[in-house]
Amino acid sequence: MQGNWALAKKRTRLEQRARIVQTIRSFFVARDFLEVETPHRVPGNAPEAHIDAVQSEGWFLHTSPELCMKRLLAAGYPRLFQLCRCWRAAERGTRHLPEFAMLEWYVTGCDYHILMEQCEHLLDSLRPEGLLTYQGQKIDLQTPWERLTVADAFDRYGSRSLQQALAEDRFDEIISFEIEPRLGSHKPTFLIEYPSELAALARRHPQRPHVAERFELYIAGLELANAFSELTDPVEQRQRFIDEETLRRNAGKPPYPSPEIFLRELETMPEAAGIALGLDRLVMLLTDSAAIDEVVAFTPELL
Amino acid sequence: MLTCSDLRKGTKLMIDGEPHVIVQFDFTKPGKGQALYKCKLRNMITGALFDRTYRSGESFEPAALEERDMQYLYQDETGYVFMDQKNYEQTTLNDEALGDQKYFLVDNMEVKILMFGERGIGITLPNFVNLRVTMAEPWVKGDTAAGNNKPATVETGYTLQVPSFVEEGTLIQIDTRTGEYVTRVKE
Repeated sequence: MQGNWALAKKRTRLEQRARIVQTIRSFFVARDFLEVETPHRVPGNAPEAHIDAVQSEGWFLHTSPELCMKRLLAAGYPRLFQLCRCWRAAERGTRHLPEFAMLEWYVTGCDYHILMEQCEHLLDSLRPEGLLTYQGQKIDLQTPWERLTVADAFDRYGSRSLQQALAEDRFDEIISFEIEPRLGSHKPTFLIEYPSELAALARRHPQRPHVAERFELYIAGLELANAFSELTDPVEQRQRFIDEETLRRNAGKPPYPSPEIFLRELETMPEAAGIALGLDRLVMLLTDSAAIDEVVAFTPELL
Repeated sequence: MLTCSDLRKGTKLMIDGEPHVIVQFDFTKPGKGQALYKCKLRNMITGALFDRTYRSGESFEPAALEERDMQYLYQDETGYVFMDQKNYEQTTLNDEALGDQKYFLVDNMEVKILMFGERGIGITLPNFVNLRVTMAEPWVKGDTAAGNNKPATVETGYTLQVPSFVEEGTLIQIDTRTGEYVTRVKE
């Protein structure tokens, strides 16, 4: 009897993946972060118009551990990280799995700039030689990495300006097809300062309230992480949840209960910054894998 | 009607009254943004290829195509000839309509031919086919690591990755939907 060859041939990738996970854990433990686990099945997620949850006996599988992580921050935990699986309904492509692995970390007492530095240090511990090649692109990881505003990225790479793209409702297409493939092509790029309407849980920039303190990290055209300075104003957060939940319900999606406990505890949450990094994509990048299928043992199609 | 979640490689849609098949498909979604479905479509009548991106919320008319059970007869200068076993009607598919599936055709194979009116425009093969390896590097004794692979060519000229123990003359099973090696066939 021969074993399942489709599984057997993934051995090298799975061994590399295990080492990457170990390095990540050591990185955060050495920096005094507490590793936590929060429930995968929750009454509701933070409502976001374009993220759909998988239903589970009247509750939902979490699309991100964000709300529970922030409740821990509000309870006084200063530095947290979590490696967990998340579910997002109907997301399947060469860079998407409906069940995927997420690395989230949170730090209190600072804004999103500290997270950019931590991303740089994390990659340095994963790839001390400071160089990597992904699908033929040579990437120099030496710090500091590029910081590029969303508006500048549209001017540099897009067929129209950010304002035009937003007015024509073509922001997502221009980002995906014109801008993303060219981001992080020699050095990693932090795409920073998103329009505030595109950041449901991020704090507005204190001097420029039309942009939010949100960034996405791109390396070799791969979107790896989304981060922001957390919104800590419960009144503004409640209004944004209502707006996003209205969009969800108008699109016929199952309603989430309002996250009252979260909103109440947000009052005691200190200034903080948080980041969600797609672990599978990071493994793709570090192992030069073209498709997400190569870095997990089982895709849904193999079950 | 079909929705975006029905879109994948092989989905057939009616566009402007003509059947089209998705030959390349990718789902993409910028962080926190809406889902985008990037398709390369082939017009199943003219063979013309083009790209189109759909957004969640759009809907599609499925291509109403009849499938007929037929048997593969032979290849000649006009293309690949199939026959309906019930009424002995024949239809010919050209190279383009078959694509890579031509590599998995075996004499007398029973297939489903997709008909647009009286015209054969596509084919559905059995999920698995057995083909003999005609070219592969020899097995290096001692190379027993499960998961090692190498290229091999089969009798139809198709090249694929196989485990290291597969040698010239080995009969192997191939999944015709993915073109990938499945297992060695006991003879």
